[in-house]
Amino acid sequence: MLLDLAAVFLPLLGALVVGLFGRSLGDRASQLVTCAGVLAAAVASVLIFHDVALSGGDTHAWVLANWITSGDFKVNWGLKIDTLTAVMLVVVNGVSAMVHIYSIGYMSHDKGVPRFMAYLSLFTFFMLMLVTSDNLLQMFFGWEGVGLSSYLLINFWYEKASANSASIKAFLVNRVGDFGFMLGIFGCYLAFGSVQFDVMFQKAPDLMQSSFSFLGASVPTLTTLCLLLFVGAMGKSAQLGLHTWLPDAMEGPTPVSALIHAATMVTAGVFMVARLSPVFEFAPDALAVVAVVGALTAIVAASIGLTQFDIKRVIAYSTMSQLGYMFFALGMSAYPAAVFHLMTHAFFKSLLFLGAGSVIHALSGEQDMRKMGGIWRKIPFTYAYMWIGSLALAGIGIPGVMGMAGFYSKDIILESAFAAGMTHHQAFGVTAYVLGLIAAFMTAFYSWRLLLLTFHGTFRGDHHTLEHAHEAPWSMLGPLVPLALGAILAGKFGYDLFVGEAMAEFWRDSILTLSYFPPRETHLGVGTTIQFAHHVSDWVGLLPLVVALAGIFMAYVFYVWAPSLPGKCARGLGALYRLVFNKYYFDELYNAVFVRTAQRVGKALWTTGDDAIIDGYGPNGVAALAVRLSQRASALETGYVYHYAFAMVIGLAGFVTWFWFWA
Amino acid sequence: MNVENIYATFPELFLASCALMLLLFGVKRGNDATLFTGLIAVVVCLAAGVLLIKLPSFVEPGQAQLGVSALCHGCKAFGGMFINDAFAQFVKVLLLLASAIAIMLSWGYMERHGLERPEYPALILFATLGMMLMVSANDLLALYMGLELQSLALYVLASFRRDHVRSSEAGLKYFVLGSLSSGMLLYGISLLYGYTGSTGFEALAHVLAGEPPIGVVLGLVFVCAAMAFKVSAVPFHMWTPDVYEGAPTPVTAFFAAGPKLAALALFVRVLLQPLAGLEHQWVQVVVFMAVASMLLGSFAGLAQSNIKRLMAYSSIANVGYALVGMAVANEAGVQALLVYLSIYLVNTLGVFGVILCLRREGVMAEKIADLAGLSKSHPLLAVAMGIFMFSLAGVPPLAGFFGKYFVFLAAVQAGMLPLAIIGVLTSCVAAYYYLRIIKVMYFDDATEAAVDPVPEFSLRIVTGGAALLMLLFVFMPTPVIDSALAAAHSLMPQG
Repeated sequence: MLLDLAAVFLPLLGALVVGLFGRSLGDRASQLVTCAGVLAAAVASVLIFHDVALSGGDTHAWVLANWITSGDFKVNWGLKIDTLTAVMLVVVNGVSAMVHIYSIGYMSHDKGVPRFMAYLSLFTFFMLMLVTSDNLLQMFFGWEGVGLSSYLLINFWYEKASANSASIKAFLVNRVGDFGFMLGIFGCYLAFGSVQFDVMFQKAPDLMQSSFSFLGASVPTLTTLCLLLFVGAMGKSAQLGLHTWLPDAMEGPTPVSALIHAATMVTAGVFMVARLSPVFEFAPDALAVVAVVGALTAIVAASIGLTQFDIKRVIAYSTMSQLGYMFFALGMSAYPAAVFHLMTHAFFKSLLFLGAGSVIHALSGEQDMRKMGGIWRKIPFTYAYMWIGSLALAGIGIPGVMGMAGFYSKDIILESAFAAGMTHHQAFGVTAYVLGLIAAFMTAFYSWRLLLLTFHGTFRGDHHTLEHAHEAPWSMLGPLVPLALGAILAGKFGYDLFVGEAMAEFWRDSILTLSYFPPRETHLGVGTTIQFAHHVSDWVGLLPLVVALAGIFMAYVFYVWAPSLPGKCARGLGALYRLVFNKYYFDELYNAVFVRTAQRVGKALWTTGDDAIIDGYGPNGVAALAVRLSQRASALETGYVYHYAFAMVIGLAGFVTWFWFWA
Repeated sequence: MNVENIYATFPELFLASCALMLLLFGVKRGNDATLFTGLIAVVVCLAAGVLLIKLPSFVEPGQAQLGVSALCHGCKAFGGMFINDAFAQFVKVLLLLASAIAIMLSWGYMERHGLERPEYPALILFATLGMMLMVSANDLLALYMGLELQSLALYVLASFRRDHVRSSEAGLKYFVLGSLSSGMLLYGISLLYGYTGSTGFEALAHVLAGEPPIGVVLGLVFVCAAMAFKVSAVPFHMWTPDVYEGAPTPVTAFFAAGPKLAALALFVRVLLQPLAGLEHQWVQVVVFMAVASMLLGSFAGLAQSNIKRLMAYSSIANVGYALVGMAVANEAGVQALLVYLSIYLVNTLGVFGVILCLRREGVMAEKIADLAGLSKSHPLLAVAMGIFMFSLAGVPPLAGFFGKYFVFLAAVQAGMLPLAIIGVLTSCVAAYYYLRIIKVMYFDDATEAAVDPVPEFSLRIVTGGAALLMLLFVFMPTPVIDSALAAAHSLMPQG
């Protein structure tokens, strides 16, 4: 129990101490306190992971305190740590610890160091609350908390107008998702009579056939609930439709992008669906939607990534694309594959982000790749890290020998999709597989485009920047070592546990996957998607590697051997290129449909509703009326005695008339 | 004369003889004796108050020996024309207190304006005597006699500053309109007498139980109109702003306190005792006057720039609140009314104490704007004024809040919710002009030559004492509340 508490609450302690007293503690002490807190939490997480996931210990379940008791509605503050949570603990605390240390160097010249460190630790705490929750409401608490921290950190440089609007955008778009999540929670309470996971999971199978009546139509209960919850996941994990905030969120400092907008917070949606697998499994229609949205996100984001020039935005779209992969794995009931990819992605994507941060640091804040080039000699370590990250992201490896992390996790996702296509998810599976292949090609292409534009060729910025270019300090390069190791090794060593032979022993009941009848042509018994994925033909697993290598080759063609090609292509494709370059005009569309409408409605409510009606008839109107009345009333006092006498007589006559005729 | 009569009316007799002697003394000694006569008058008022409270316990041990049968509370004298119950005692004590304070307030003012005449304290004593008779009247004719005694003294007081045109005008207006209201009162009395054959309150109450003929209702309306004139309820309020503004300020202070209280007490007694059977009819009249007074007093006050005129409208609004207690027409309502009036009496005397301090180069400063910068030049005075204004606005924990609270509570409990709502809303409007004074004192800079307040000793005592009472009422409200309850109880038919 002590270990669990340490893993969850040490970051909070650090955040509170530094957040409240950071000013008097000073920069150095603030960094020390928060880093120590998160590092200790990371160590505790590893121990917990060893206990719960590797040695097969029992699930840790603690009730810490009563939160709400209202009639039948009871919610506790609790910790539930099973394998799924333990994986998340290691990922969250591990990456967070590295990012904390990295921030010491990266933010050294900033004037708000204590605030930054406190926010980072606070974020870590909320994320831990989210993953350790044993009920939907506490998860929502963490969910909102990470949203808040994300808002605070995107807007960390609050003097920047672009950071202001990016943070507000992130908050508002997430509100849309959160609204769905909240409706989902309400619905779950109605349907299950509880928001405790245990109770929900127990009752879910019985509700598979149930439906309720909405506006006269009969709607399946579980599908509706799962879709509502998935809307929440879409917002947090930047899935197509609610993704517009993620690229803008790159306005925040780079460590924030690495921690929140790559490794942890954006994967909260994936975690949530995996956590609720015992519910989602009984809503196959909802899973189909998850799969379609995920596959579309993967390819749309990858295609946008092909055309962007901001180094962080390219990686941001890459993140979004990889999240798409995870979601379509979820949609195919390949939850372990999704979580596996989540874990490997956390390593190589935070590595890439922090590497990009190192590049930006070296080039005095320059983020436009068109103004970079040929700097690999200046920053060799960063260059090496970026290669490792890119190889892992593209999923390169030697089949049968050894591969980078992404090689394993992406393969199993695509194989699962294919296998699902052969069994229960007919059309979706194959489509997702094809889309995933195309996205894999694009991933490799834009990764090497990034590498080649940034590090090779000739420098295209002004020479002062180049002269000042320098390798990052060790506080920044050091934390990248474990991440790089993870990016190289996590796939190799995690494969068996997460999706391989030891899978059942590893996950036990933390994830539920239903079994299906196998594809006709095989001789297997009933099994899960992942089990079938191990028995697909070899070409299914090889094809992603082939297209990835093809993508790398194309990148060399475009950016090394024939540098005029990109321009020609862009001109040749014309409208299509502009569509992709402008991110499919999502922002413009949302601006026209939602933002302007909201502004118009708001302005109308303000001018006519508030100013004219509420103020006009309310405070201002009443005040004006009072003034008019008072002038009339005092005008009655003419000073003439006969007026006064007349008023008295009229009053008397009035009373007499009243009683004579009416009363 | 029956010895019982003497004992029952002993405080009044004492006051009357002292006033007469004081008048003679003043005439003999001339204007130099003004301060002395004033002092004597204050002592007389206080002594009469003590007599009023203590007399029953003085007499009771010797009761058998003297053959006095009924010197208890509620005893009657002069063939039932005079009654001295707990209600009358409660009001009379307040009246005597108000008169004493009014005399104290006048000293400096009268001296500076060349008005030091020994008649002044004597006139106030006569007016007080009239008021005491009004409060104790148990017969329509006794009522009329008390009312006229009071009014005649007040007419003279209003125009006491004869060489000042506004003062003379005020006195004259008050006299003319007062005569009109006296006429209405007499006409009403004659109608009641004509239909019932009696002027005694008990007899009236006895006869008027049951469905009344229209003539009696008309009599009631006329009596009500005359009473409304005395308490300055809308629409019979028209004289108030002019008289308040024109009369010498100490007289205005007296007007705002004593006569208003006496008239309201009389009004309550007349409606609840002889005319109790007509409750259904007079409640309609009272409700109308309450609402109209609250509305007019609150709204018209907003536009005023003269602080005495403002206080006139404030008094109209406050009469409206008191009438709410009357409209409730039960014990709680009367109790609330009495508590309300006790607090208002002290409050308003305090305000006039501050006003009397304000002068610029020897001339009274009466504009609200003249208060600008008072918080810096005379912080204590400003604090006192602030307390009075917050109290009038009904801000807790000051006394004024409780006055309003009891009145509205009584109204709500009696199911007269609309009346309470109107009351709360109008006191919200009125809060503006009270708070404006505080704003002027504390946030406005003095524009022209700043006022140069001269708080004399007597003014300091009155103002400071009143401010303390407003402030401390919250800690010991029970004496006032309990005696008001006893007074209300004695007024009710069963009591």
